[in-house]
Amino acid sequence: MTIDPTLAALSDHLFSISVALYSLAVVAFCAQLAFGRRPADAREPELVAAGAAGRAVPPTAPAMVPESARSRRWGQIAVAVAVLGALTHAGVLVTRGLAADRLPWGNMYEFATAMVLVATVSFLIFAVRMPAVRHLGAFVMGPVVVALVLIGLFLYAEAGPLVAALRSYWLAVHVTSAILGFGIFFVSGIASGAYLLRSRHDARLAAGQGRGDGVLSRLPSAATLDRVAHRTAVFGFPIWTFAVIAGAIWAESAWGRFWGWDPKETWAFIAWVVYAAYLHARTTAGWRGRAAAWVNVTGLVVMVFNLLYVNMVSTGLHSYAGLPK
Amino acid sequence: MTIEAPPRTTAATPPPASGRSAGRRVLGTLLHWWRRLTAMRTAIILLFLLALAAVPGSLLPQRSLSKNNVTTYFTDHPTLAPILDRLYLFDVFSSPWFAAVYLLLFISLIGCVLPRALEHARALRAAPPRAPRHLLRLPDSGRLTTPLDGAAALDVVEEELRVRRYRVVRRESALSTSSGPGAYGSELSAEKGYLKETGNLLFHLSLIALLLGLAGGKLWGYEGSILVTEGQGFCNSFQQYDTYSSGPLVRGADLTPLCINLQDFRATYEPNLTASSFTAKITYGGPGQAGTDATIGVNDPLRVDGDRVYVTGHGFSPTFSVTLPDGTKFTDVSVPFLPTEQKTMSSEGALKLPDLGAGKDKQLAIQGLFAPTGLVQNKILTSVDPRPLAPEVAIFVYQGYLGLDSGIPQSVYSLDPGAISRGQLTKIGAANLTPGQSMTLADGTKIGFTGFKEFAALQFSHDPGEYWVLGAAISLLAGLLGMLLLRRERVFARVEPDEGSGGTVLTVATLTRGSGESGPRFAALTKDLDAALGARASKPEGSARDD
Repeated sequence: MTIDPTLAALSDHLFSISVALYSLAVVAFCAQLAFGRRPADAREPELVAAGAAGRAVPPTAPAMVPESARSRRWGQIAVAVAVLGALTHAGVLVTRGLAADRLPWGNMYEFATAMVLVATVSFLIFAVRMPAVRHLGAFVMGPVVVALVLIGLFLYAEAGPLVAALRSYWLAVHVTSAILGFGIFFVSGIASGAYLLRSRHDARLAAGQGRGDGVLSRLPSAATLDRVAHRTAVFGFPIWTFAVIAGAIWAESAWGRFWGWDPKETWAFIAWVVYAAYLHARTTAGWRGRAAAWVNVTGLVVMVFNLLYVNMVSTGLHSYAGLPK
Repeated sequence: MTIEAPPRTTAATPPPASGRSAGRRVLGTLLHWWRRLTAMRTAIILLFLLALAAVPGSLLPQRSLSKNNVTTYFTDHPTLAPILDRLYLFDVFSSPWFAAVYLLLFISLIGCVLPRALEHARALRAAPPRAPRHLLRLPDSGRLTTPLDGAAALDVVEEELRVRRYRVVRRESALSTSSGPGAYGSELSAEKGYLKETGNLLFHLSLIALLLGLAGGKLWGYEGSILVTEGQGFCNSFQQYDTYSSGPLVRGADLTPLCINLQDFRATYEPNLTASSFTAKITYGGPGQAGTDATIGVNDPLRVDGDRVYVTGHGFSPTFSVTLPDGTKFTDVSVPFLPTEQKTMSSEGALKLPDLGAGKDKQLAIQGLFAPTGLVQNKILTSVDPRPLAPEVAIFVYQGYLGLDSGIPQSVYSLDPGAISRGQLTKIGAANLTPGQSMTLADGTKIGFTGFKEFAALQFSHDPGEYWVLGAAISLLAGLLGMLLLRRERVFARVEPDEGSGGTVLTVATLTRGSGESGPRFAALTKDLDAALGARASKPEGSARDD
């Protein structure tokens, strides 16, 4: 198994190009927010947090908000540039996989890069299907750019062969599902974070404080954000569950036991419990709304902690980061 | 009438009447606390506690993972460690408080799920519930008008819903007393998606099954580890293992009679020295039987009748020969040297020779470093390659009393540093040797480095709960998918005479629990209903009757 240096170099170039394209997309998403001034009466209908009487929504679906043509055009440009960025981002992984002739998630650099790609793609799917969600663009793509830059600076590892323990078809099953789950939870956590900002903003407006034309009032409505957060979490939770189960099956062949409270296993379990709490909280009186959103944000913090702390600081069996110690 | 979950709020029990007996009051209090425990809010808090309780298990060293790390922690924090130890913080996952949290959570879960399961079993057999009085107050509702009469309009609705696999029931409306039965005011209830609740129950019951499987594995399971040099073997018994752990219900006699011999061990590497495979050729079989050949390796254990044998590590055992001044020769003495660095397989160990016949205080010991590919710089030996290309040892020879019969346990892999500092053992020689080379001590004893053998760290595991846990995990996932991806929908319809045109006003409403947006689906349903009503109405009266 030899490494193709040309393809490996191409992969590294594509990484830089993706960061550049995503940065342009962030600028365009910001422009959309900046030009998104819309008359106060045209704001999206406020969906009151669901109470005992069900959703207080008129029978028709929430009407699409008329937004200025300039703002909409910036939104379209931003989505287009981000899609282009996602394509080169996918190219990073494809070329790396071809260069090393294996699945391109064998170390922490590749894992994190793939995870960010999943986050970007799941956001873009929303952005294409629900134009209201595009206003969240800067809030998702901003962290994406920051994450990619940090990954490039601190997690980079040369393309190389897999260590013996990773040479199993369970790599395709377990790691792929972990990447998918993580990427989807990433979008979910950001949507809940934006929900917390937006709902506080709404509460302050209702109390007669603050201005109604700031950036926060151009976020999607609190109800939309809550729905995006919940739908992504509902989608991500079974995938994460599957990732944990597949990991346990693999661990049974590789390490001699299916569960051993290795630090990575422990934090995967903690994340699973937190997301289970989120899904319960969202349907429980007294927890709906902001409290549930905080739980979801906690879930994302746990996932990031599991990636960074457990790989870089603690010692356990999941020592595949490929970073110089 | 909603399809919301049965309320799990802390419904306050009515204050006990003054005349109640003490027994009933106790029962009331118990019931009150039972409701509290099984309330969803309590469940969420318990989930949080569970997550929180697991955190120290990953931040502090755990005995279940590495006893050495715990010992190191004790030496580094001599005052703090005993306090933490008393709080079970080095055994978090087997501590009573961790068990308390998950047991409370499971009791809460059972208290919630069992009533729901009974409720669901009833609902599966029962007809969809009556339509609510005010249909237009439901989240998705609308009105359609048709020239058809009420019964015909409901026929159309029923057909459309049955095609969509709804369970449909038609009733006389309770509101229709004024118009008389049969004519107008009839209503229809339909429901589908019962599998959603089934999935929900399956998920939660699977969690209980999973816990039981885990507990069974802990009670009746065991595992043992042993270092085996090529050409040697072991049989499955606790006396033979270097370390083992077993559940409280395991008795030595229950162990599977199985013996393993290691024929050959091989590690291969990529050009950049990443390990690419470890394979061990073994034979296995009952004691005294002719063995069966097998090859095991990373990700590929031996599985025999619910027992598994794993390769968990490997290393080198350098072999030495010792020739005493009187000519007595001991050949092929060797001991595993433990790798201290996986990348270069630089290994350390100690060979203890208590029985050379020279008396208790003239025992010999060789402590040293083995380098599979050695490089000597400034007389210091280091290893530069994990493959045994140019093996070399750097040894120190000690003489004195080894203390093996003193009753104080000591490591097989190193000399007791206390014995060296106390002067019980004195260094009498040091040398770097390549295979074939030897050194001579002051008394004429010759120590030769003759080569090396490879050893494998093998682990024998038995966990009777494993398949149970796997089955529970699969049904858990199936339940989860059903619960999160399916939709439970109720459709209600009621017909009333249209005062203006003499036709019928059809009021339709839906209630949805589950994924996605209900609005667009309701719009599609009403569009289809409208089209079907239009098609039926445009047909001549006679042909409609003949259908």
